[in-house]
Amino acid sequence: MDEVLLRSLTPSVLTVLVRRGADFAAAEDAVQEALVEALRTWPAGPPRDAKGWLVTVAWRKFLDQARADAARRRREDRVEEEPAPGPVPAVDDTLQLYFLCAHPSLTPGSAVALTLRAVGGLTTRQIAQAYLVPEATMAQRISRAKRTVAGVPFDRPGDVATVLRVLYLVFNEGYCGDVDLAAEAIRLTRQLAARIDHPEVAGLLALMLLHHARRAARIAPDGSLVPLAEQDRDRWDTALIAEGVGILRAALAHDRLGEFQAQAAIAALHADAPTAEETDWPQIVEWYDELTRLTDSPIVRLNRAVAVGQAHGPRAGLAALTALDASLPRHAAVAAYLHERDGDLATAARLYAEAARKAPNLAERDHLTRQAARLNTRRRL
Amino acid sequence: MAKYLLLKHYRGAPAPVNDVPMDQWSPQEVSAHVQYMNDFAARLEKTGEFVDGQALAPEGAWVRYDGEGRPPVTDGPFAETKDLIAGWMIIDVDSYERAVELAGELSAAPGAGGRPIHEWLEVRPFLAAPPTITE
Repeated sequence: MDEVLLRSLTPSVLTVLVRRGADFAAAEDAVQEALVEALRTWPAGPPRDAKGWLVTVAWRKFLDQARADAARRRREDRVEEEPAPGPVPAVDDTLQLYFLCAHPSLTPGSAVALTLRAVGGLTTRQIAQAYLVPEATMAQRISRAKRTVAGVPFDRPGDVATVLRVLYLVFNEGYCGDVDLAAEAIRLTRQLAARIDHPEVAGLLALMLLHHARRAARIAPDGSLVPLAEQDRDRWDTALIAEGVGILRAALAHDRLGEFQAQAAIAALHADAPTAEETDWPQIVEWYDELTRLTDSPIVRLNRAVAVGQAHGPRAGLAALTALDASLPRHAAVAAYLHERDGDLATAARLYAEAARKAPNLAERDHLTRQAARLNTRRRL
Repeated sequence: MAKYLLLKHYRGAPAPVNDVPMDQWSPQEVSAHVQYMNDFAARLEKTGEFVDGQALAPEGAWVRYDGEGRPPVTDGPFAETKDLIAGWMIIDVDSYERAVELAGELSAAPGAGGRPIHEWLEVRPFLAAPPTITE
């Protein structure tokens, strides 16, 4: 059965229920139940009209729950309550759903979980597996998120920037589980880009496509990370690169630069180089200058120092590095790389070992340990 | 979100404020302590931050490979081992600050006299999955 089709129908099914007057939290639960039932029964007998089936089943689940709740309230309060008729907003409901699930009152972690369930159509179990937490924990995280946004009106325009932040997190910080979160993030960003003409939405989509294009070359068969300079560029997905570059060009033509467009521009310059040596580093430095201006992020300044080192030599890179706080994540790794290129292998080896101790993930730690080991071996010869 | 291990030691951590061994408490104090730990875990499950919690027996053995075709060598337990882990809780939280806040609450578990133990807990970040976008 086509799970991606099922997921892609989720937001429209959910918004049908909300339009019929169901409140968001109850409607979202009902759609989730319908999804779980679809995953169970469709393989044996798929319905002819998938969306119609989902709407019917989700609505029935919603009514069952509403009746049970009403009966409980009658028992508890002896009060009859008529459900209030819901508003019928004249806006793009799916877009509203993105805004709601990334509402600024939510923590990033809850916004990610809620977006993946309500917009992405993933089951709680799939999300829990993707983030390596128990299903009960993820279920609670999602219920809490729904309680947090319970009072938020569904038809109010939201902030695109918060939605983009959430989609970026889904793309960038997923584990490698059964569900391909990077592919999901791209699907959700495509769906968003189809609904809203915004250069930063396009910029994020381009950024994702350009990085996704390198995926096959990024991880060696043994699971280790392959740095950009050492990647087999024949394994990059040229169709994805072409699509990403096209989307980025169109976005830049709006002349409303934002951080995702600038990041995508850097990724596009890497993608454009037939070999690592042919990379246009001076232009990449210029984009990092733009990014620094847009975000003033110390991480960006750190990456800029690497680019300066490539464009103007390791001494220039090290000079750029001296202005930065040495406690920044990956500072030691960058310093090690620049010292190695400058020919100071002893300092580089020591810094690689230090960077390995501070690495925030296993793949990076192993990579940095190998760098230190490589230099130490060479120095003994 | 990021995962952290909250590590509890039988031995090896700095001395807590309320430093009375558990076998010197009253049975009610032991029960109150256990209840606090269970409630804490249940509360974290409700906030969507709980991953795992386990306790370890104090006595273990050291084991090592002893060559092809030979059974592993076991040794110990060694009474002098400095660092002895009692158990852990794994949490998945939005920030390091939140991890520290929760460790502080866990360290307030009641001990002798029903007063908080002020036990030192070790907070260790997990090595996460590598991010996709690095340049």
